[in-house]
Amino acid sequence: MTHTLTAPTATRGLVEITGVRKSFGATEVLKGVSLTVEPGGVAVIVGPSGSGKSTLLRTINHLEKVDGGHITIDGQLVGYEIRGDRLHELREKDILKQRTEIGMVFQNFNLFPHLTALENVSEAPVVAQGRSKEEARRRGLELLDRVGLKDRAGAYPRQLSGGQQQRIAIARALALDPKILLFDEPTSALDPELVNEVLDVIRGLAKSGTTLIIVTHEMGFARDVADTVVFMDQGQIVEQGTPQDIFSNPQEPRTRSFFSKVLEPAFNI
Amino acid sequence: MSSAATKVAQSQEPQPAPAAEALPEPVDVPPAGAPPRQAPDYSSYRVVAARHPWRWVGTAVVAIGVLAVAWSLATNPRWEWGVVTQWFTAQSVVHGLVETLKLTAISGILGFVLGFILALMRLSASPLLVSVSWTFSWIFRSTPLLVQMLLWYNLGYLYEKISLGIPFTDVRFFEVQTTTLISQFAAAVLGLTLNQAAYSAEIIRGGILSVDQGQLEAAAALGIPAWRRSTRIVLPQAMRAILPTAFNEIIGLVKGTSIVYVLAYSELFYTVQVIYNRTQQVLPLLLVATLWYIVITSVLSVFQYYIERHYSKGAVRNLPLTPLQKARKFFATHAAVPTRRNI
Repeated sequence: MTHTLTAPTATRGLVEITGVRKSFGATEVLKGVSLTVEPGGVAVIVGPSGSGKSTLLRTINHLEKVDGGHITIDGQLVGYEIRGDRLHELREKDILKQRTEIGMVFQNFNLFPHLTALENVSEAPVVAQGRSKEEARRRGLELLDRVGLKDRAGAYPRQLSGGQQQRIAIARALALDPKILLFDEPTSALDPELVNEVLDVIRGLAKSGTTLIIVTHEMGFARDVADTVVFMDQGQIVEQGTPQDIFSNPQEPRTRSFFSKVLEPAFNI
Repeated sequence: MSSAATKVAQSQEPQPAPAAEALPEPVDVPPAGAPPRQAPDYSSYRVVAARHPWRWVGTAVVAIGVLAVAWSLATNPRWEWGVVTQWFTAQSVVHGLVETLKLTAISGILGFVLGFILALMRLSASPLLVSVSWTFSWIFRSTPLLVQMLLWYNLGYLYEKISLGIPFTDVRFFEVQTTTLISQFAAAVLGLTLNQAAYSAEIIRGGILSVDQGQLEAAAALGIPAWRRSTRIVLPQAMRAILPTAFNEIIGLVKGTSIVYVLAYSELFYTVQVIYNRTQQVLPLLLVATLWYIVITSVLSVFQYYIERHYSKGAVRNLPLTPLQKARKFFATHAAVPTRRNI
């Protein structure tokens, strides 16, 4: 079986989130969120901190268990299976298998510091997908090349800049050929001059047919890359639509008030 | 030295400005209209290092003290170095040394394996496993090793027979006299292992807790199986926190084995005791044992250095040179002794 760099057709990676609720202790951080992202679509979630954006992202690959509602990917339930009239929680093994179809990129990169760039990228394909070491290595180098870091394959994460580390983290997520990629504030931990090198890589992915769900504070980037912009506040989706609709003509007062604080005057045409 | 200082001071005021009297530092502020100031050039001056006279006084005092100790060790006949050398490699002493190493290795390895299991129990989500692990550490850390040792050796007094069977039934697969099963060696290993496990459990738990939670999350998000997450991602990073304390423990254990003398088990310390009870050369023989303990500890320290270095991969930007590499570099750069080949 060959592994193409990009999904050739956007027929896989439909994400349907229905009425998802999640509480941490007494605080309800997700209050019934529903959202559909089409295969190959690019959804950018924006909103104030503490609005539940990251938690929503983490429920999609079952890093957070939902308290209510459900999430399906290409019609398949995440974290549960239907047996009769009950939902049975999946065993660890099956959850891990589902996760190999969903790549995730973290705010703090979370690269494995004791492994080289190439080892970071080729670890999961070998142990989670059972590919041969040689194949994983070859493909790892391909992916490092794609994020422009082939010459740093032998470097340890601490020897790299933040932007380089995040690009390697993206290559690591791509190594599993995921249907869906989740980005949790991928540029928030970066120095301003390093943000663009990471955003450029993500821009390249937006055209590849992989479904992208991105939480970010980079509004210019969101307008550029998104099919759908989702505005969240206090655990709910307040408004969603095309970048044009949401940025230039927001309907809800909360959306307007948020953008008036974060958008540069020059940007807010 | 003072002349150089004066020269520097002089060269710092190349352009006498009228404001110089009012401001102490006029140098950085060229007067308006003056041509842009050129940075003075000090490259022709010789650099004289700062003097530290008290450092030299301190060094001298300590050097005299060290010499005095060395002198007394060498010249005081009561140390009886002849006796020390005579017994240092005697067959009985070497035999005792081997027993000490055997006890250390066996109880060290078993202790850390058991400690690892206890640490995982303590970190598990099951309240029963957590409390059993906690109680184990609590009991074995609160009783003196000496008491534990004697208790294991005298287990036969509490339980005459030890049997393997199905609990609460009469089914027995195997039954044995406790005194046959628990020899001096077994009691020593049992006592040292259980005690070691209690301490190493805490060390390993601390190491595991020191690894960032994000590492586990990233590994889980990549679909890496739980066992692989522990062994490939968490443990290698935890090792950096575990190793220094673990080596402390192992070194403690080497000397801790000497407590086994209460069971009349012929390890190094007990052997030496037996000899000096016969020959009455108490101090020289204690010195023999001490020197061996120093040798073992030194060897362990070398291991520690290289193992820690191995696990610091990726944790530091560039690995520091090993002493061997430093020496090679020193000779390569400094001792450029012309050899035939490069003439």
